[in-house]
Amino acid sequence: MDIRRRTFLKIAGLTGGTLVSGGFKNAQAVIQDPSLPDFSGMLIDTTMCIGCRSCEAACNEANKLPPPKVPFDDESVFEKYRDTEPDVYTVVNRYPNSKDPKNPIFVRRQCMHCNQPACASACLVKAMEKTKEGPVFYNKEKCMGCRYCMVACPFDMPKFEYNKAMPYVRKCTFCYLRQKEGKKPACAEACPTGATLFGKRKELIEIAKTRIYQNPDKYVHHIYGEAEVGGTGWVYLSSVPFEQIGFKTDLGTVAYPELTKGFLYGVPIVLLLWPTFLLGISYSNGERKNTKEGWKDVYSR
Amino acid sequence: MFIQDNSIIMDVKKTFTFILSEIKPKGKVFTPFNVISGAIILLGIILIIFRFAKGLGAVTNLSQEYPWGLWIGFDVVTGVAFAGGAYVLTFMVYVLRMEKYHPIVRVTVLNGFLAYVFYAGALLLDLGRPWNVINPIIGNSFGVNSILFLVAWHFMLYMIAEFIEFSPAIAEWLGLERIRKVLNSLTLGAVIFGITLSTLHQSGLGALFLLAKGKIHPLWYSEFIPILFFVSSIFAGLSMVILEGTISQRVFKDKISPEHRASHDEIVIGLGKVAAGSMFVYFFMKVLEIIHGGEWNLLFTPAGYWYLVELCGLVLIPCIIYAKGVRDGSTKLLRVASILTIIGIIVNRLNISIIAFKWDAPVRYYPSWMEIEITLAVIFAEIWVFRWIVNRMPVLNEHPFEKDIG
Repeated sequence: MDIRRRTFLKIAGLTGGTLVSGGFKNAQAVIQDPSLPDFSGMLIDTTMCIGCRSCEAACNEANKLPPPKVPFDDESVFEKYRDTEPDVYTVVNRYPNSKDPKNPIFVRRQCMHCNQPACASACLVKAMEKTKEGPVFYNKEKCMGCRYCMVACPFDMPKFEYNKAMPYVRKCTFCYLRQKEGKKPACAEACPTGATLFGKRKELIEIAKTRIYQNPDKYVHHIYGEAEVGGTGWVYLSSVPFEQIGFKTDLGTVAYPELTKGFLYGVPIVLLLWPTFLLGISYSNGERKNTKEGWKDVYSR
Repeated sequence: MFIQDNSIIMDVKKTFTFILSEIKPKGKVFTPFNVISGAIILLGIILIIFRFAKGLGAVTNLSQEYPWGLWIGFDVVTGVAFAGGAYVLTFMVYVLRMEKYHPIVRVTVLNGFLAYVFYAGALLLDLGRPWNVINPIIGNSFGVNSILFLVAWHFMLYMIAEFIEFSPAIAEWLGLERIRKVLNSLTLGAVIFGITLSTLHQSGLGALFLLAKGKIHPLWYSEFIPILFFVSSIFAGLSMVILEGTISQRVFKDKISPEHRASHDEIVIGLGKVAAGSMFVYFFMKVLEIIHGGEWNLLFTPAGYWYLVELCGLVLIPCIIYAKGVRDGSTKLLRVASILTIIGIIVNRLNISIIAFKWDAPVRYYPSWMEIEITLAVIFAEIWVFRWIVNRMPVLNEHPFEKDIG
C-alpha cells in the first residue's frame, strides 16, 4: 500500500491531535452516550411553573406518603428554602427573578435520575440501580443503610430515615411502577401548565432545544442536565442563569462512575502481581533459622 | 480404637475446662483503669441498645447533609489506618526476612486483628440495616462496581488472614502442638495474601471519597487520595506500633523476656527510620499534588492555614523528629514523633471524611457526646480483650518451643 504524503500527514495529524487532546479520556461534552437505551425523562421548564404545588400533592398521594405539615395550597412554604425529606420526594422552591422581578421563579427539586448515577456506582449491594426504563430504582430489601449513596450523590437526593429503628433510604421513584403500567408519573399528570413534561429523554432534549431556538431571548441557552455529570434523566430550562435558581453549575460533565474506574481497573492488577512479587522476594531471601552451625539462611521450599 | 476415642474426648474436656479457667480475670479487678473503662463500656452498651431501638438519629448528630460522622470518619477510616502496622511488619519479617523485628510481629498482628474486629466492627453500629451486612458477601446482590464492595470484602478476608497469622499463638496457649505446626505453615501464605489485601483496602478507603467530588474541599480532594491513604497507612501503623510498644513495655513488664527488652530500643529505631522515610515520600507527594492541582491560592485562606497545620505541623515536623531521633539513637524523640504522627493521621482522616467534607455547608456536623462515648467504649473494649489475650497467650514472650527449633 502506498501512503502518499497527504495521507500520511492526515494520519499523523489525527493521531497527534487525538493524543494531545487526551484520546483515552472520555470526551468532555458527551451529550448522551449512544449506547445507552432510550430512557424516559422529564423536562422541567421553570418559565412555565406557577408554583401551584400540584406535583407535590400528586407525589404525596401516589407514593402514599404521610400528610404534609403545611397543606399543599399554603403559599407560606415559599418563604424559606426547602429540601426534600425522607417522606417528601419533591419540593417547589421560589427564587427571585433577576430578569423580571415581578414574576418570581419556581423550581422543582427531586432526584435527577442520572444516566450514569453516582449512587448506583457507590452501592455495594445494588440497592440503587438505573433501570432500562429510566428511573433510578431503590430496592429497599437489599439496602444495608451504609449511606454511601448519600455521600456520592452530587445532588444530595437520597434521604435517610434517621429516626427509625429499621430505616430506609428514600427518594423520588420517578413513579417506576406507574411507568411500567404505561402511566405517566403522577406529578407530570397533575401539572396544569406543562412545566413538568414527561417523555423519552432524547425527544425532550429536542423539545427543549426547539424552545430555546424559537425564544432565544426568553431562555438561557443551556439545558441543565443535558451534559451535567454525564447527563441526567430530568432536564431543566430556565430564563436566568442556573446558579441563580439553586443549581450546582460546577459539577462538570464527567459521569461519576468514571471517577472510580481508574482505581477499580488497578485492583485485579495488584491482586495478580502483588502476591507473585512478594512470594518471589520472600523465597529469594530464604528463612533465617537457628541451625546447629548457628544462624543461617535456609532456602528450603 | 476405643481407647484412642476416649483420649480425644478427655483432651477436648481438658481443653474446655482450661478455657473456662482462663476466662476468669487475672490480677486485681478494681483498679482505677478497670473502674473507669468499665463504666464507659457499660454506658456504651446502654447507648448502643438505645441506638438500635430508636434509630441513628436518637444518638448521633448525623444529618441528610452529613451521612457519615465520627463512627465512619474516626472508628473505621482512622482505626484501619492505625492497624496498618500489621501488614508493614509482616512484610518486613516474612517477606524481607528482617529477623530483628520478629519479637514484635505477634503483638502487632494481634493489635491489627483486634483493630479490624472492633473498629471495622463499629461499622455495624453505623449501618441503618446491619442485618443486611451479609448481602455483599452472600446473596445475589454484588455491587462489583462499588469501591465499598471491594473494601467490605477485603475487610472480611483480611480479618481471616490476620486470624491465621495469629492462630499459632492460640494453639500454643491450648498446648496443641500438632495443630500449631499446621497453622504455622499457613503463615507465609496468609501474610502475602494479607499484604495484598491491605494495599488494596487501605487505598480503597481513600478511593471511597473519590465519589465525593465537589463535596470535599479542593485542597483535600485529589484523584491521588487512594495512593496518599496507602502511603500514610505505612507510617500511621508504624507510629502506632512504636507507641503501643512503649506502653506494653511498661504495662506487661513481667511478660517480656530480658532479651526482648534489650532489643526493643533497636527495633524502635529501625521502625522510626522506615516511618521517617515513608513520611517524607508522603510529604513530597502532597506537595506535588498541590502543584499539580494548581491550588496555591487556596493555601492563603482559613482552610489553607488548617491544611498547612496538617501538612507541616503534623507531617513534616514529626518526619524531621523521626529522622533526628534515628540519627541520635533517641527513643524518646521517636516516641514524641510517633504521638505527633498519630495526631496528624487522625486530623488528616477527619479532615477528609468530616471537616473538609461540605466545608461550605450552612450547618456543620459536630459529633454528639453519645457518639464520642460509644467510640470510647469501643476503644476500651478492644483494650480489655487485648489485655486478656496478652495475659494468657504467648504474644509478648517467646514461645517455649521456638527455642529448640532448628
